Amino acid sequence: MEKDARIALFQQWFSDNIPHNKALGLKVIGASRGFASMQLEWREELVGNPETGVLAGGPLTAMLDGCCGMSVATMLKAPEPFATLDLRIDYVRPAEPGKPVIAEAECYRITRSVAFTRAFAHHGDAKDPIAAAAGTFMLGTKGKATRPALVDKP
Amino acid sequence: MSALLERLAEARKEGNVARLAEAIPYARWMQIAPENGTGELLTRMRFHPELIGNTFLPAIHGGTLGAMLEMAAIFHLLWETETETVPKIVNITVDYLRSARPVDVIACAKVTKQGRRMVNVFAEAWQEDRSRPVATANAHFLVKSDADAPPSL
Repeated sequence: MEKDARIALFQQWFSDNIPHNKALGLKVIGASRGFASMQLEWREELVGNPETGVLAGGPLTAMLDGCCGMSVATMLKAPEPFATLDLRIDYVRPAEPGKPVIAEAECYRITRSVAFTRAFAHHGDAKDPIAAAAGTFMLGTKGKATRPALVDKP
Repeated sequence: MSALLERLAEARKEGNVARLAEAIPYARWMQIAPENGTGELLTRMRFHPELIGNTFLPAIHGGTLGAMLEMAAIFHLLWETETETVPKIVNITVDYLRSARPVDVIACAKVTKQGRRMVNVFAEAWQEDRSRPVATANAHFLVKSDADAPPSL
């Protein structure tokens, strides 16, 4: 599948079709086997401290959860429902007001039952992160697969 | 003094903790607010369709549960401890126990360990049945002003 078509597919499944991701305005900017990348634009209603304009932790948490989840979906051979088991976020420095945030997630190991992911959020320089995340996901949970599997090999 | 701490002083005077959420744009957008009607400080996230993460089940987005547990911990620290600064979150670990249905989520928090600079807080979220939590979290907050500290809120 072409890169743009793949991004458009994941945009549809991981942002447009997920009401909270859509409400945040998450934009899928990268999708390949084991990797997912998203962008979040700064806006006033996502701010935690109105005096500084710094984003609240919540939007970053939701974005990193979504991005880690999408990295899991890129690893599946066939669509399968899965759910977040746990998610750890380290807030290493404040997000800068007005700047978009980019999240990059990697699914580095997948077993029959569990997928392991890591992610960073930054303003464009991955070596200068705002937040770091580690998430694990339970595979084969109840419900319907809401996500496409990425059939292409790298 | 920050607007949030001014709001805290007003809220204490009125005995109305819900006012704390008014100073936080993200809390207003998410419809997350503290309440103390029962004498216990609880934080409620009102259900609205934008919280949905899975339209098939349907279930509330896990990220929003993490966000509301974090807010519950912050409201608890502001209201129940003698904090002079807005707590700055260092990290949070969220465990997802059950899928959250499309109804309100309620959370309580407690301080596990209060240090001079660092506080460890545990928070728990449930829906209709408090004995069946949907998610729990542990978080660390810096509670002493520090120019080099991670983000507030």
